[in-house]
Amino acid sequence: MTESAKPKMKVSETEVAVEITNMAKWYGEFNVLKDINFKVMKGERIVIAGPSGSGKSTLIRCINRLEEHQQGHIVVNGIELTNDLKKIDEVRREVGMVFQHFNLFPHLTIMQNLTLAPIWVRKIPKAEAEETAMHYLERVKIPEQADKYPGQLSGGQQQRVAIARSLCMNPEIMLFDEPTSALDPEMIKEVLDVMVKLAEDGMTMLCVTHEMGFARQVANRVMFMDQGQIIEQNDPENFFDNPQHERTKLFLSQILH
Amino acid sequence: MSEEKVGSVAYVRKEIVKDLPPPPSTTGVIGWLRTNLFSSFGNIILTAIALYIVYSLASLVYEFAFANAIWEGTEGKDCRVPDAGACWPYIANRFNFFIYGFYPSEEYWRPNLVFAIGAVLLVALATPKIPGKMISGILFLFVFPVVTFFLLYGAGFTGLAEVPTEKWGGLMLTLVVATTGIVASFPLGVLLALGRRSNMPLVRSVCVVFIELWRGVPLITVLFMASVMLPLFLPAGTNFDKLVRALVGVTLFTAAYTAEVVRGGLQAIPKGQYEAADALGLNYVKATSLIILPQALKMVIPGIVNNSIGLFKDTTLVSIVGLFDLLGAVKAGTTTSTWSAPTVPVTGFFFAAIVFWIFTFTMSRYSQYMEKRLDTGHKN
Repeated sequence: MTESAKPKMKVSETEVAVEITNMAKWYGEFNVLKDINFKVMKGERIVIAGPSGSGKSTLIRCINRLEEHQQGHIVVNGIELTNDLKKIDEVRREVGMVFQHFNLFPHLTIMQNLTLAPIWVRKIPKAEAEETAMHYLERVKIPEQADKYPGQLSGGQQQRVAIARSLCMNPEIMLFDEPTSALDPEMIKEVLDVMVKLAEDGMTMLCVTHEMGFARQVANRVMFMDQGQIIEQNDPENFFDNPQHERTKLFLSQILH
Repeated sequence: MSEEKVGSVAYVRKEIVKDLPPPPSTTGVIGWLRTNLFSSFGNIILTAIALYIVYSLASLVYEFAFANAIWEGTEGKDCRVPDAGACWPYIANRFNFFIYGFYPSEEYWRPNLVFAIGAVLLVALATPKIPGKMISGILFLFVFPVVTFFLLYGAGFTGLAEVPTEKWGGLMLTLVVATTGIVASFPLGVLLALGRRSNMPLVRSVCVVFIELWRGVPLITVLFMASVMLPLFLPAGTNFDKLVRALVGVTLFTAAYTAEVVRGGLQAIPKGQYEAADALGLNYVKATSLIILPQALKMVIPGIVNNSIGLFKDTTLVSIVGLFDLLGAVKAGTTTSTWSAPTVPVTGFFFAAIVFWIFTFTMSRYSQYMEKRLDTGHKN
């Protein structure tokens, strides 16, 4: 039903991108994630929403092992995340991540930011890496900034560079951790536009975001979290127009004015 | 609340106002003088006092070094004149001793050649416009020390006369100790800093113990231990060169300080930088060398240069173990009977101070230049 509304975006029926089963995580004594079970198919766009401290950032950070889980299984692209550093590196090569505070490397130019990982991790020749980088910079509409440093760019431009930097590694899955939360209001749209385009091109995406308009437009599933667990999950139409759980209703009434 | 009409609040700007130049009194020389030196009555007084102090100090130095200075003479008695200033003939007479120590005069070309190669390589390394940093870096760090050793020491296959390190001295020795100390301690310090932040408890403890041990001991003690006590612990017959022992002592001592400075830089790197590097699949070595260290080291340039300047001056302590550095050579010269005059020691120390100052001030200015050059407009 959702797919008919968004004909451009295809979701695979058989190929699994991420599978999480019975996952739980603790920070010391504090049980930050519990009973996490879900499956993401290739090409799915999932928006994770919830109040602050609900564990949504921690959840997506577990998917590329920036955070370690203590129980259950996380399988990304067929690779199970364990303490095996080789497997972790393998997963990280296939999973791109965009952070709230961009985390560009301030001592490197935009071009160097984009080519560093392809050259040193994927061992791609420099010229080829720069060509790819230029291609993605054009896609995020800032090719003219290639020789500047991150400190000379606006927040919106930096975040678009950060997205391009992830794309240069040619990832299968993209994780977005509140990509627009640190931006000035006038710059949110330019970043969201890039993300919408990415979704239309069929990228598997997991986004922690408060941009509900974006969720309605591109997500095929919205996941609502509170107190470290998934409270409700639905397609965006039903999630926004017909929430079931009391906590979800309260949350939506707080954020949608 | 009652509604009172105070006129319409509606307002629409018709045209955007263009930028205007600032008022003339706030810019240029006049503006600068006014805001910085004569902004208030109190400031005018302070400016006058400061000018007076600068003037009296400068005139003192001028009188000593130029106006009352003795420029010609062959021995101490020429400088034994009432109200005499600096005794420059002493410096001229002893100049070679200050630079080379007891190095045989017919072999002076060897240290001169070393100075020349070192200077060329340093300029090649330090000037951003000269290409081939990789080559000049390798030459300076790995080839130059070996060349220096064989040139200065001679013997063996070189066919040059052997000059034992006991005969090395003066500025030459100061530069050998300082350069070796600064260059060799740097990588060691970085490794210690990384080790101290390691997740592995054993590595961390070893680094902490090393750093705290060396930092907790005065350099003079380190040098003394290295040259007097160390031989007692070594099996009879093994004998390290005195200079080598001092070099090792100075290097390890400075490394401990460098480690703490670098650790400060590492701690200032936001967590997001590590996470971004991890997320891109960079392993520890790559993330550290490509992302973390370049930023951390850039941040601690002032601290590292501070250390280096400190070390450069601390090399004077090697005289405690009988090595004749620049200061030692100057001091030794003042006690000879041919040059006994009241102003001779002052002149000697004045000269040594100027030489030290030229080197350390150069380091300081260069570091400021590098800081500016490496600034990419990013503030954390």
